[in-house]
Parts: sequence; C-alpha cells; structure tokens
Amino acid sequence: MKKTLFDKVWDAHVVKKIEDGPQILYIDKHLIHEVTSPQAFNELEQRSIPVFRPKQIVATADHNTPTIDQHLPVKDEMSRKQLAQLAVNCEKNDIPLYGLGHEYNGIVHVMAPELGFTQPGMTIVCGDSHTSTHGAFGSIAFGIGTSQVAQVFASQCLLLQKPKSLRVNVNGTLRPGVLPKDVILYIISKLGTNSGTGYFCEYAGNVFEEMSMEGRMTVCNMSIEMGARGGMIAPDATTFDYVKGRPFAPQGAAFDKKVAYWKTLATDTDAVFDQEYHFDAEDIAPMITYGTNPGMGIKISEPIPQDTSKTFEKSLDYMNFKKGQSLINQAVNYVFIGSCTNSRIEDFRVAAQYIKGKQKASNVTAWLVPGSQQVAQQIKEEGLNEIFESSGFQLRQPGCSACLAMNDDKIPEGEYCVSTSNRNFEGRQGQGSRTILASPLVAAATAVHGKIIDITKHLN
Amino acid sequence: MEPFINITSTAIPLPIQNIDTDQIIPARFLKATTREGFGENLFRDWRYEKDGSVNTSFPLNNINYRGQILVAGDNFGCGSSREHAAWALHDYGFKVVISSFFADIFKGNALNNGVLPVQVSAAFLETLLQAIEQDPNTVIEVDLQHEKVTLKATNASEHFEINSYKKTCMINGYDDIDFLLSNLAAIETFEETKN
Repeated sequence: MKKTLFDKVWDAHVVKKIEDGPQILYIDKHLIHEVTSPQAFNELEQRSIPVFRPKQIVATADHNTPTIDQHLPVKDEMSRKQLAQLAVNCEKNDIPLYGLGHEYNGIVHVMAPELGFTQPGMTIVCGDSHTSTHGAFGSIAFGIGTSQVAQVFASQCLLLQKPKSLRVNVNGTLRPGVLPKDVILYIISKLGTNSGTGYFCEYAGNVFEEMSMEGRMTVCNMSIEMGARGGMIAPDATTFDYVKGRPFAPQGAAFDKKVAYWKTLATDTDAVFDQEYHFDAEDIAPMITYGTNPGMGIKISEPIPQDTSKTFEKSLDYMNFKKGQSLINQAVNYVFIGSCTNSRIEDFRVAAQYIKGKQKASNVTAWLVPGSQQVAQQIKEEGLNEIFESSGFQLRQPGCSACLAMNDDKIPEGEYCVSTSNRNFEGRQGQGSRTILASPLVAAATAVHGKIIDITKHLN
Repeated sequence: MEPFINITSTAIPLPIQNIDTDQIIPARFLKATTREGFGENLFRDWRYEKDGSVNTSFPLNNINYRGQILVAGDNFGCGSSREHAAWALHDYGFKVVISSFFADIFKGNALNNGVLPVQVSAAFLETLLQAIEQDPNTVIEVDLQHEKVTLKATNASEHFEINSYKKTCMINGYDDIDFLLSNLAAIETFEETKN
C-alpha cells in the first residue's frame, strides 16, 4: 500500500492500536511553556505520578514575558508567578528550561527548530496550537490541551484517532512581493477556517520545494487557522542542510544515518489523499485580512467581499469596515513584526530591505520583536538593527509579544494593527484592537507609509 | 473527571459562527496556575462592556436564558488550544455544547473535562436555536448512552456521534492518564525497539 509522509511518520510511532478505539502514539519531543503546563504538573503531583521522560521535554518562557527590560523582574505579578512556577516545575522534574535571560530563550516554535530539537520524522507536541510550525521539517507536530500535556508527562504518549489526509498543492512561479505568508493566507482565504478540521495537511508542489525552511515554517504554522491539526512538508536537502550542525541535532555519522532514513519519508507516488486541492502560484498576490478570522483574507488590491451573513456583518462592524471597501490608503497606527509565524531572520531581512533609506511614518508605533535570542543576535551581526534604528524603528527583546495580548505589548482599543502574526480574532492583540494580518513586507511598508499601500506598485 | 449523566435542561443560544477560544476566554486571563475560577471570565469581552458594565444584549446576560446547555454556531472552539476554554465553560456550569461543527482541539479538551460536545446537523441546530429563541423555557435532553439529542416540546431528535472509547470515559469519569499508565510496559518495549 502506498503511504503518505504522514502515514510513514505516524505508523513508526504507534505503540498499540485499541480495537474500535484510539491508538497509542509515541511522542518524541514535548515542548512546554509557562501558560499551558502548570495545571498538568499539578495533576501529576496530586496523583503522585512521576514525569516519565523528562529528557524528551524542552521548556521555554515566551507568552508572558516582557519584550523590554528583560533583565529586571517581570512587573506583572501573575505573569511573574506563572514564570516562576515553570522554573520550579522544571527544576523539580529535571526538565531543561531555556527561560528568560538564557541565550537559547525564545518563542517555543522559533527556538526549538533553530536549536535542532525539531527534526524530520519526529512526533512533536506542545500545549500550543501553532506547534504545527514544526511540520515544516516533515515531522508530525500538533498542539494539545493541558490534559494531554499531563498525559505526555505521565507516559510520553497520547491516545489519538488517526486523522484524515489532505494535500494542498501549489505549483508555478510566485510573483514579486509574494512571501510564504501570502501563500498561506491565500490558501486559508480560499479554503476557509474549518476546511482542515479532522485532517492533517501536507503541502506539496514546487512552490514549497523551493521555499526556505523559514518560509516553510511560516506556512505550516498557520495550518491550524484552516482547522488542520498540523501541516507537513516532505524533508529534502533544504531541510537536512538546515538541521545539520545545530546544537541539539545529531552530529557526524549519526546525522548521516538519520538523513538516510529521512530521505525515505516523502509521500509515495500514487499515494491517495482523502482530500486534495490545487492552486496556481501565479494567482497569489500579497494578502491582507479584513475581518476577524484568518480566512477573511483578500489580495491587497481587492475590495472587501459582499456577504449577508450575520457573522460576517458582526465581523465587519467590529473592524469598522464596509462591504466593497478597498483597504488601500487605510490609515494604520500600529505595526507588529513578530510572533511564531514571522519573527525569524529572513522576516527581518525582508523588512530591513524595504525600510533601508526610508523613515517610519510619524503616526505609526512599530514593534519589531525577534522570535528568539538567537534571531536577535543575528539581527545585530547582520547590522539590521542599525537600519531599523536609523529609520525610527524600535527593536524589542524576544517573546510572543503583541500576538496575543497576554504580556505588556497590547494594541489599544479601536486601533488598527498590521501584524505579521497569525490571528485576527476580536481582541486578540488587546481589548477592542483591530488586527490586519499580512506579510513582513506589507507590514514594513505600512509602517513607512502610515497607511496600507499596494505593495505590488512599490517594488523595485 | 466527574461521570457524565444524561442532561435535561433549558439552553442558552449563541448563534454566532467561528467562536474562537480567544472569545471563550481571552489570553489575559490565562495566567492562573490552577484550573478553577475561569467561569467568571467566560466570554468576558462579550459579556461586559468596555467600562465593565454588563452587556445586557448578550445571551448569557439575558435573564430569560439559563441552563446547562450552550447552543452555538458552526465551527465552535476554533483557534488557540487553550484548555482554559473548556475549564471556563465547565466552571460556568455548562455540561453540553451543541453546534453543527467543532474545532478538533477544543473537542478533545471538552471531552477531557466532562463537557460533552454534541455535533448536530445545520438544520437541527437551526431548529433548536429557533425553538429556544421563541421560548426560552425550551427543554433539551442529551442522552449520551443512546447518542441522542431531543427537543422535548416536539420530540424532534437527532443522533450524534461519539467514539466508543470516549463515551465510556465520559460515562464513567475515566481519563486517558489511567489508561496510558496501564500500558507503560508496552510503551517501554516500544522505546527499546525504536532505539
């Protein structure tokens, strides 16, 4: 029987199949952070269950952390306590923690890949829906709830029904100014926010084959925004080159042996998917969202569509937009470049390239937030920080920042924010805030012009 | 987890589609380290106006509506994996959420916390919503054993799906940890072969 990439990785991790029930799936790597782990640790403690495989867990602090003055105690008391609790739990259970101040600290979905924890063919979970990011390496990676975090602590396994398979193919040549973020926003705008529910998605076609690992991570990251628990891309030479030499990746002969295995993982020719879609790369343009879910996206030069459903109208009311309206020239006072979707070095290179020699518009507050200490370091090494600073931009310290309004970085009520993050839900970036999702290029251009522009007309 | 017994209750209608977990419980309330008390902030930014006053037009604040069942629009629970959403619903007093579609992670989280997600057809959802809006005293019966949801006034009913393992867990109050721990030997054997 012909197998998909997903089948091969899944089948290699099945401990046991329960008749008429779920399967016991072995988890190679468990990533944890401060927000969704404390109740799981409590549960184990209350039931006197030890953490089964602490060395397969990697912990970081990211959601609650401030993005300025990280050397000072965290101001918010609840956040400080939650971060302290993570440190205590890791210490007690012998789990490595890359907390605030550590050179490896960062957003869980940025630091784990760049340190080599994420590898092809693995099963990876985290109490965070954007764990789908790691599927870029050809791993099965997905977000779980806290009860499941406790299950993995206790047994390094989960009880799961095998999901259905879905493949999204994009072939052709991407137009100038179209970034991986536009590709995934386009796909979600076409398929909707629940088309992937119950499925695990594979992205295939020359567009993804030619994409960098960072671009692939951006794409896989947003799989959950169309409902898919995870997204995957077949590992290839791009993947192996990226993993090679990373601090926690296998080295030398062990690496070569792994590569030989990883090369066998790609979907077999003629493997059949439960659902399959095809898109032309030429049809994709720079994208923005106009509503309150990531499926409500349009090409930047298109008007907002007509729709009469109550939910659609509620959404436009919240955004204070009208049907048929164009968003070109829409004034915007906040820009956020960051989050587990777009906070890697390539994102800052794209932004810096556009910003260089220009000035930030005076009406705009722009937050540039690297995804990790390693990214922050690289920004300095490449001198991008000087470009940002001389153009009037503020580079902050790593963390989830304004993606989810959990730390101090919040967009004020009623304000629009062009954001490279992943969710434009009501209040996502702060109570009453209005999020417009876009690529780092569109975000940088918005910051320079103080309004949304048709980026396709401003490319050299 | 407490065992789930059949629920016969009035219901609260929330006919909005794509209700994401950020609406169910906004991120700023996720800083607690225990599971209790999230009900207070369930649908916080819809229940309260920005000045902190009660939004009287929101169904949870409508004194005519009450009950242990929430009847919500399509694709309920999408977005963030935060289990706090299930804890908040449970803590507020909901035992059942009825919708025409649930997001995967939310569905699993609800089941792990004794909140039953009942997926019905779009047509039956509309029937329920209309009945509740016409008469807030409308009673709905959710029979987990027979996988059946019934509108008591008219006896209109529909079958719903739940996998048999999860059904057993819900009815008996079992959780997955006990089951996984009973398989530790097999898990260790798997690890040895894998390496």
